[in-house]
Amino acid sequence: MKAAVIVFPGSNCDRDVQVALQNRMGTAPHMVWHRETTLPKTDLIVLPGGFSYGDYLRCGAMAANSPIMRAVIAAAQAGTPVLGICNGFQILIEAGLLPGALMRNRNLKFICKDVHLRVETTDSIFTNRFNNGEIIKIPVAHHDGNYFADDETVKRLKGEGQIVLRYCDNEGETTDVANINGSASNIAGIINEERRIFGLMPHPERVIEPLHRGTHGAMIFDSLMEALA
Amino acid sequence: MSEITPDVIKSHGLTDDEYKLVLDIMGREPNLTELGIFSVMWSEHCSYKSSKKWLKTLPTKAPWVIQGPGENAGVIDIGDGQAAIFKMESHNHPSFIEPYQGAATGVGGIMRDVFTMGARPIANLNALRFGAPEHPKTRHLLSGVVEGIGGYGNCMGVPTVGGETNFHPSYNGNILVNAMTVGLADTNNIFYSAAAGIGNPVVYVGSKTGRDGIHGATMASAEFDDASADKRPTVQVGDPFTEKLLLEACLELMATDMIVAIQDMGAAGLTSSSFEMASKGGVGVELWLDKVPMREEGMTPYELMLSESQERMLMVLKPGCEEAAKAIFDKWELDFAVIGKLTDSKRMTLMWHGDVAGDLPIDPLAEASPEYDRPWEETPKQDRISADSIEQKMPHSEALKTLMGSADLSSRRWIWEQYDHMVMADTVVRPGGDAAVVRVHDTRKGLAVTTDCTPRYVKADPVQGGMQAVAEAYRNLTAVGATPLAITDNMNFGNPERPRIMGQFVGACKGIAEACIALDFPVVSGNVSLYNETNGEGILPTPAIGGVGMLPDVGRMATIALKRKDSVLVMLGSPTGELGQSVYLKNIECREEGAPPPVDLNSEKRVGTLVRGLINANVVRTCHDISDGGLLVAVAEMCLAGNIGADLHMPESGSEIAWLFGEDQGRYIVATRDPDSVTNAAANANVHAVIIGNAGGTAITIEGEDPLELDELRKAHEGWMPNYMAAPLN
Amino acid sequence: MKARVHVTLKNGVLDPQGKAVHHALQGLGFAGVEDVRQGKFIELELDGTDVEKARNDVTEMCEKLLANTVIENYDIDIVA
Repeated sequence: MKAAVIVFPGSNCDRDVQVALQNRMGTAPHMVWHRETTLPKTDLIVLPGGFSYGDYLRCGAMAANSPIMRAVIAAAQAGTPVLGICNGFQILIEAGLLPGALMRNRNLKFICKDVHLRVETTDSIFTNRFNNGEIIKIPVAHHDGNYFADDETVKRLKGEGQIVLRYCDNEGETTDVANINGSASNIAGIINEERRIFGLMPHPERVIEPLHRGTHGAMIFDSLMEALA
Repeated sequence: MSEITPDVIKSHGLTDDEYKLVLDIMGREPNLTELGIFSVMWSEHCSYKSSKKWLKTLPTKAPWVIQGPGENAGVIDIGDGQAAIFKMESHNHPSFIEPYQGAATGVGGIMRDVFTMGARPIANLNALRFGAPEHPKTRHLLSGVVEGIGGYGNCMGVPTVGGETNFHPSYNGNILVNAMTVGLADTNNIFYSAAAGIGNPVVYVGSKTGRDGIHGATMASAEFDDASADKRPTVQVGDPFTEKLLLEACLELMATDMIVAIQDMGAAGLTSSSFEMASKGGVGVELWLDKVPMREEGMTPYELMLSESQERMLMVLKPGCEEAAKAIFDKWELDFAVIGKLTDSKRMTLMWHGDVAGDLPIDPLAEASPEYDRPWEETPKQDRISADSIEQKMPHSEALKTLMGSADLSSRRWIWEQYDHMVMADTVVRPGGDAAVVRVHDTRKGLAVTTDCTPRYVKADPVQGGMQAVAEAYRNLTAVGATPLAITDNMNFGNPERPRIMGQFVGACKGIAEACIALDFPVVSGNVSLYNETNGEGILPTPAIGGVGMLPDVGRMATIALKRKDSVLVMLGSPTGELGQSVYLKNIECREEGAPPPVDLNSEKRVGTLVRGLINANVVRTCHDISDGGLLVAVAEMCLAGNIGADLHMPESGSEIAWLFGEDQGRYIVATRDPDSVTNAAANANVHAVIIGNAGGTAITIEGEDPLELDELRKAHEGWMPNYMAAPLN
Repeated sequence: MKARVHVTLKNGVLDPQGKAVHHALQGLGFAGVEDVRQGKFIELELDGTDVEKARNDVTEMCEKLLANTVIENYDIDIVA
């Protein structure tokens, strides 16, 4: 199993996810520069976190138009799984691979902290190692993670089980206080209809070993490992 | 007609005597470009003319020091062919004028200093000082500075893991923003700034040059008055995205063998970078200024030499490498231009479309710049505050709650949650404890980092205060189990032309030197920021110390959080009951006075060695040093971090206030389930040890008082800053 | 030729920045402000002279990059 990590100018979690993939999957991923136009043979595409193009204009907007994204979109449409973390999630949305928009956090501040998340579906290649409704802890670090979509879209996401992770408190309640950035329905991560493209604001690559004070992030990579092996 | 009138000279910040020296060196009247170059090179900021004499007295050597002060940053050996490279630098005046951009470019500048030397930055810290919370500007400045630091550091993908924040009215009109970066390099791939190789190309990379910050370096060396707040055009704007690209491009180039010398363009931009490289290498430079990539039209040689546009570097390459090097910068979409060559003239010759626009000798400017022995007065000693003179006004638990919820000691979470402190996935001790710890990537080693200074101590007694700042850094590193290796110092003081202020600077230098020698903790880099006054009012003297230490194994370290309910709390180090300049005295008695707690460097070293030994032997995994607020505050912080309460015994005799709130130096609290082995080890090390209580429960209970529930204490501790910042602007 | 593009949030999309500005203005004593919406202003320097072509080009730029049409509207002004 071999992944490809796309590196945009301004990506800064590319190494972290490279290390996490190597750690969990035993194989170093391809690192693909955004100006490439073709992808190497790969079982998984990862769009890492960071500040592609400095987050100028809108987070992810310019990266979504990078040369490599045509190949990414084509591969995604052909069924290659795609994982977008933080800025990667923003890019997936700007590229139209996932619905909605990610806006400035409700309190207008960058937020870096551990957050509790409720696993809303285990019916995905990204979350099959969790239990339904499991409460997990993964850090966030973003300025623009406030998920927005019109009511109809949110309803559809709910109905189709496309909401994967929701911000919650330590008891699993998806309260307004636990909704750190003001996202619609406390949404922290969503998956596309075909359940192959997953975008999330939290950073699983930052919690893969006990020294990180948590290993729930590893479970996402382990789920992929199990599903794709 | 001469363009150099007395007004022009004065507006360039040169004194009459200095101008005479300019005439001597030049042998003629300088033109405006040349005058501008003298002006920035001889500014306090670039020349250290008031401070040099005393900085030379600081100890800078140890077997593990690879490079001490004088380069872009200091370098220490951390074993296995690896080096830690670090420095702290101020961006005080720009941050007061435009807090977001001032702080952001401060962070950008210090990171450049570190990666210029071949290191990848792995941790940022910042030491911040603001005016009184109730001052009308404080909230706006705090909010802007924190956003600026986060805006830059977060985008760079370098974790901001620590620092400190103080409030005091003396900073009302002159805040302090000191940013520190620690980087990691291989010892066989460190880059220096000495230019070499006559004929070698001088290359400019990074952002284009605009009219940013022209005369920023002279501004940073002049006292503020109310009119300076209008000097907005000199504010530089940071572009962290470009700097991230510059970092990656430079590291990519550094992995090759093409660079002879490299220097970032910081304060005084192209002038100071080119002069420093030439002066260190003993060579001359011919610069073709019309080849400098420009952002604006109609720029002059004067502007190009003085611009402080950010995210730029100057390099000397090996001959014939230009194309290969350019390819790397093209990949990262950065400007790359050959703008000159090295000569054997030992002069700086500035060419502008084929004409000579300036021609200056290098050494007299760069190395023979003025050095002053400013008159100074010793700070009068203050009396020790006798604990018996202080009467208890309220239950100790109530005093604790007041202190923990005060501007001085409340939680800084509101600040550090705006910083990405986890990117790079090697942060193993996050902000909020003693020192932060970042793992050295792909190893078991850890670097512990901290910044420390207690300005009110320094004001009361500069020598003791200087010592204390170093000792506190030593203690914070020790408390996580790290061996303290070296420091960087950021000396923030008022106007050195006032003997009283100069006396503070001299005293602090003496104290720092003494502590560094005693603790084997040399200074490897630093920065001086003088003239920090507004309308004649000086700031509290603030020699901020950035300390770096090494943990051999991140699996054996300590944090402040209590971990087990059945552990015993042991205090190591001797209590003496010092309430002078304490947080208790300030917040409960409303007095800022008295002698600060004295530092006993021998005892400091003995206790520190013991504590590190206990942690490295895995006997202790929970440790906190006792500092601001004293023993009770330290215990409370350990309880809150671990969400476990504590029962505390009181001493049989003596002042309870002094016991609980005295800020006596050289002390730690450890939690252990095996108190005997701790006290035995202490006895063997000739260190005073006493059991002060037990962990457990959900409250802090002081003998003879009602319990104080942790939830209630937490509310006070965590609440102050968010509540303060949420109040409407006035 | 210049194109001036205003990008604004669609009605109904929460604008936390506008809200914060509104709040701050009230704090400063500007009582008469009923609402604040924050947007972006982008100025493009174009080399052609054909206003209609320019408008079409800039519209495409807005659709593809300058605006996020999920949450934003845009308004184009061509200045010959």
